Amino acid sequence: MSIYLNKDSKIIVQGITGGMGAKHTALMLDSGATIVGGVNARKAGTTVQHKDHDGNDVTLPVFGTVKEAMAETGADVSVVFVPPAFTKDAAIEAIDAGIGLLVVITEGVPVQDTAEVWSYLQGKETRMIGPNCPGIITPGESLAGITPHTITGKGPIGLVSKSGTLTYQMMYELKDFGFSTAIGIGGDPIVGTTHIDALEAFENDPETKAIVMIGEIGGDAEERAAAYIKEHVTKPVVGYVAGFTAPEGKTMGHAGAIVSGSSGTAAAKKEALEAVGVKVGKTPSETADLMREILQSL
Amino acid sequence: MDLFEYQARDIFEKHGVPVLGGVVATTPEEAREGAEKLGGGTVVVKAQVKTGGRGKAGGVKLAHSPEETAAKAGEILGMDIKGHTVHRVMVAQGAKIAEEFYFSVLLDRSNRNYLAMCSVEGGVEIEQLAVERPEALARIAVDPAVGIDEAKAAEIVDAAGFADDIKGKVADVIRGLWAVFKAEDATLVEVNPLVKTEDGEIVALDGKVTLDENAGFRHADHAELEDSAAADPLEAKAKENDLNYVKLDGEVGIIGNGAGLVMSTLDVVAYAGEKHGGVKPANFLDIGGGANAKVMANGLDVILGDEQVKAVFVNVFGGITACDEVANGIVGALDLLGDTATKPLVVRLDGNNVELGRQILTERNHPLVTLADTMDGGADLAAAKAAAAA
Repeated sequence: MSIYLNKDSKIIVQGITGGMGAKHTALMLDSGATIVGGVNARKAGTTVQHKDHDGNDVTLPVFGTVKEAMAETGADVSVVFVPPAFTKDAAIEAIDAGIGLLVVITEGVPVQDTAEVWSYLQGKETRMIGPNCPGIITPGESLAGITPHTITGKGPIGLVSKSGTLTYQMMYELKDFGFSTAIGIGGDPIVGTTHIDALEAFENDPETKAIVMIGEIGGDAEERAAAYIKEHVTKPVVGYVAGFTAPEGKTMGHAGAIVSGSSGTAAAKKEALEAVGVKVGKTPSETADLMREILQSL
Repeated sequence: MDLFEYQARDIFEKHGVPVLGGVVATTPEEAREGAEKLGGGTVVVKAQVKTGGRGKAGGVKLAHSPEETAAKAGEILGMDIKGHTVHRVMVAQGAKIAEEFYFSVLLDRSNRNYLAMCSVEGGVEIEQLAVERPEALARIAVDPAVGIDEAKAAEIVDAAGFADDIKGKVADVIRGLWAVFKAEDATLVEVNPLVKTEDGEIVALDGKVTLDENAGFRHADHAELEDSAAADPLEAKAKENDLNYVKLDGEVGIIGNGAGLVMSTLDVVAYAGEKHGGVKPANFLDIGGGANAKVMANGLDVILGDEQVKAVFVNVFGGITACDEVANGIVGALDLLGDTATKPLVVRLDGNNVELGRQILTERNHPLVTLADTMDGGADLAAAKAAAAA
């Protein structure tokens, strides 16, 4: 088991012919993920060549629309690599086509575009992850995004994080245990899947025994997740929050990572998590150690 | 990006929101000319700073003639308001105010939509009003797919409790402010106060606008709104090189990949610094995925240009980026910089191709470079080196 993504997931790539799309299509195939095609309206009817995990040649069809791609291949996941100016349209096209999981990797999407996509998504079947995220990996089964599949394998830990590189760092620190699913929800002010969504899914996933939750400054997602954990999560959760040294009013790399006045601080997030019994590490390694203790006692 | 009041005023005017005449000035002479342009009568000279409380600080003064305007501008220019030096004033037409209101529309991260806030009690600290008399502040959710249409504007003015005779006019102004929010890709448009003049007109007297920098690609005109004069020189230099850099007050320069990991690196260095005389991280610098020699050299160049920096911690987790590329980047950067690189570098590499990356640095054996095995260990070593050099 896993959350959102498994060995049966059939993935298409929106922007498969672009630089990022091509590079990560190759890496996703190398991880063993099932990629069934891609979308680029201007290159419909062509194909792209790649190698699969075993080094065999793979020819992937390029379709004009997501709808067509889904009809022809049975795809249920789309990974979006198109530039920010086209991301809104790409997402809406995939939602209209009824894709199950939409993973938007693109960084730099105007937040009004994301807000409009989120509004459009309400009441529809699609789950969106991102934008501005590394995507989701279920080690040994599938990868929809840019997380390196070589860090570690399958295991009992579920991970949800705003940050890509901190996800990789944490997977590396706990590589001796492995992960059920690791999901990078993205660092933008509005994202499609929140910490709470992932916590709920991990709580319901029998394979996940414990959860690492990584947050950072800005907004109140971590505080809300803490309240959710208190009411609904029975599995052990350890936390990490980045940005204690961030000055007020400065955007720290991620568009959403900003302390506004006295709200959105790392200290407030850590306090909220600790108040509901979540152990919060001072550094990524200390956080990994906390998780290690928990797993060894299970 | 936060705008100055005069920039917000100009943007309001561009979208048909009623504003009063206003002229920006950087010298008393310009202020005098501004006052003349506005008819030579009573004006308000207002400090242009991106912080609140300027009135209390003496940054807003009335003037009754062009001469007095120049004198008042002279008093205000150069003032320090909460750490912000006043480089500009706006000479604004005086208004005969009958009533003051409040309106804002902003991105609501928690609810993933927009929030409009409106009150018939304007001109006060709105945060204070929200706490003390929340019932006086109408809060109306706005669906991003719909925006503030006629019905929504009517809902807002009703909820705020405007008198019937001005409801229509206020709703029109709110629609105009929505147009600003939408068309300019803002995350905040705030008017405080929104006033009714003695003639019964509704005017946006003071505005605050925050623009989404991610939307810059569809607003070529937004670039010139940036306050390049106020930017830290190192931040300006980093920006020229497309580097994601924030200057902080500390001794340990930081380079890393990925916003989350770099933020975390700052924290870990600050934590380690507690044991080394309280040294702190000097900056945030995310070199992103493609850490080639050029990017690394540009980054190091900015950081080594910070006189406060005594040691540098390079913390990279090779996810997609291979550590050998990063190592070659560091070596290449040190070669490019030559004798100008004089501060110790602690380098921690992990992940993709880490052995090769470490090998490249070990073989090069640069006298300034020390390899660290872990992030915590590297932070400790960099803090120790910075403390020793301080």
